[in-house]
Amino acid sequence: MSRRLLTGNGAAAWGARLAEVDYVPAFPITPQTEIVETLARWCDAGEMAARLTMLESEHSMVTAAGAAAAAGARVFTATSSQGLQYAMEMIFTVAGWRVPFVMVNVSRALASPITLEPDHTDVLSARDAGFLQIHCATCQEVMDGVLIAYRVAEDARVRLPAIVNEDGFYLSFTREPVELPDPGAVRRFLPAFDPGSAAFRASHPASRAVAVLGGAPYSYFRYEAHLAARAALAVYDEAATAFAAAFGRSWPAVERYRSDDAEVVFFMIGAFATKAKDAVDRLREAGERVGLVRPRLLRPWPDAALREALAGKRAVAVIDQNLSMGMGGVLAAELASALHGHAGMPMIVPFVGALGGRDIAAEEFFEIARAARAAAAAGVAPGPRLLYTADELREVRKLQAIAHAERPGAGGTR
Amino acid sequence: MSAVPAPAADAPKSAHTAADYKSDYKPIWCPGCGDYSVLSSFTKAFAILDLAPERIAVVSGIGCSSRIPAYTSCYGFHGVHGRSLAAATGLKLARPDLTVVVASGDGDGYSIGGNHFLHACRRNADLTYVVMDNHVYGMTKGQPSPTTEPDWDSKLSPGGTGLRSFNPLVIALAAGANFVARAFAGDPNGTAEIIAEAIRTPGFSFVEVMSPCVTFRPEQREWKHHVRPSPVPATDDAAKAARRLMTDDGFNIGVLYKGDRPPYQPPMGKGRKTPADLERGFAI
Repeated sequence: MSRRLLTGNGAAAWGARLAEVDYVPAFPITPQTEIVETLARWCDAGEMAARLTMLESEHSMVTAAGAAAAAGARVFTATSSQGLQYAMEMIFTVAGWRVPFVMVNVSRALASPITLEPDHTDVLSARDAGFLQIHCATCQEVMDGVLIAYRVAEDARVRLPAIVNEDGFYLSFTREPVELPDPGAVRRFLPAFDPGSAAFRASHPASRAVAVLGGAPYSYFRYEAHLAARAALAVYDEAATAFAAAFGRSWPAVERYRSDDAEVVFFMIGAFATKAKDAVDRLREAGERVGLVRPRLLRPWPDAALREALAGKRAVAVIDQNLSMGMGGVLAAELASALHGHAGMPMIVPFVGALGGRDIAAEEFFEIARAARAAAAAGVAPGPRLLYTADELREVRKLQAIAHAERPGAGGTR
Repeated sequence: MSAVPAPAADAPKSAHTAADYKSDYKPIWCPGCGDYSVLSSFTKAFAILDLAPERIAVVSGIGCSSRIPAYTSCYGFHGVHGRSLAAATGLKLARPDLTVVVASGDGDGYSIGGNHFLHACRRNADLTYVVMDNHVYGMTKGQPSPTTEPDWDSKLSPGGTGLRSFNPLVIALAAGANFVARAFAGDPNGTAEIIAEAIRTPGFSFVEVMSPCVTFRPEQREWKHHVRPSPVPATDDAAKAARRLMTDDGFNIGVLYKGDRPPYQPPMGKGRKTPADLERGFAI
């Protein structure tokens, strides 16, 4: 065991290295590139026995990842934002192939407008694909999450690919102390990939990825994948328990922070939850019974664990760093699906914020807690509220004024 | 047809100067980047053609080169990685009256955009496609692109990719581009002349501009010592152009091929109004 200062991207690369992956199809995109460049350096130096190939796009990269995993290789890859979107056809397809591999997504907001800064709309757009999703708040979680993801994805009861998500910039480029486990201990936790019947085997030809006619076989295979994803709930719990026993770090599917006696809880995923924890501490100092509940596992959706964590609370303030246009935040809707129809569940008070790299200030967490408490007291669930200040609106209005300004000589025929 | 006609011998001097096509935005590229002079060549070419800025649309994808539209005073569209040609095709077919110039780079245009490149050549819509080629992904800080030499060492490809580099001129010619040329960013006036001729030529015109990346490929500073004007004039014989490319070392500058294939125009139902017709009613 050793301790190093690593960025989220460095931690992701270490996860792949410790998992002793065989193959890394790669394509650069900001803010992910550092992951595959780090792996390329290790492969070149002989510190990793993997093959790394740069493909011509993320679409080809995910296709190659799926095909290599179908052939029995342990595969790692990574992407972000527009790259994930470009690969989306294959994200759905390879999940249907039932091939386990791990892809780190470094969350970055989607065009348009074009931006490099983070939010979660990219990764949440893959939530219906059949990939498992683990969402990380710290660099340590990124590395550990990769190892846990392999164990769950490769389990014979699951056999689905997995996304491990980290926030671009806030986590990808921030250094934190990360405990690196001994390779031997990792091997005991994560034995070599046994592809079982999924592999191409000598003298056992089999055709894969076939087409079906009619809804009956289609429904069967899709629902079977759904059941496998649901089975991953228990498999994840087993893996997290085994991980805690082996390495002393506990990563349950749902994190609860000072929430046991809380009346109001913040509910969010990813690195910004660490800011929410700080706000919880400060509100607690002021005598408020506030906590945080954070799902690490987003697919499968740990609905029972969420109900257990939230039962008896007055309000749950959901902070969505994503936007489903015409509806609101994705997490708020997902949480409603878990809580609806169950007795003793809190009111959901939805917020949308931190889009495209925007920060969430401590004062905003205080206001969120206040608004959630007020909504619960009034007994009326409000619609989604955007975290946005008058100052920000003024700045945007200034930009719009510049954009609308007639430049001397512009326009018209001359 | 909206192809820009060649000026008559006694034509008056252009009413526009290159400065008329520059926007107020200061370009953000590394000092020494070849793209500065390609931007200058764009504006000079527009002045040579005496086109009003509002008759021109500059379309791009993603990457260093794709910043160009905002630096011009023309209509601009900053698209999605690799998709500049798809966006430009849609624009040109809806607004055939506009001169549509597409700006791309080797990363944007030849990998994710590679398929569009083939089909744009084949379709032969009246577009001018200018690719700033520096054999590297610059915006993501130095990874090998499809035109990178097989032995170029990078963080992502230690020791080189070992892959043959893509030959854009060969591909353009084989796929049916109507105009194929190579230019060099170190000669902005010569590049402007080539871009102007590409715009004047109806159909799909492809201009590959060698545009050095001094940050990640500093050795490309040497290009200026290697480039030379092509020893032979442009040909309208595709077979002859192909044979020339077989012996081409990549440093001959000029127009290689100029065909006369009619540009693609989708049939339009009788009496159908174009967007330009509709717009006329709103003219002040």
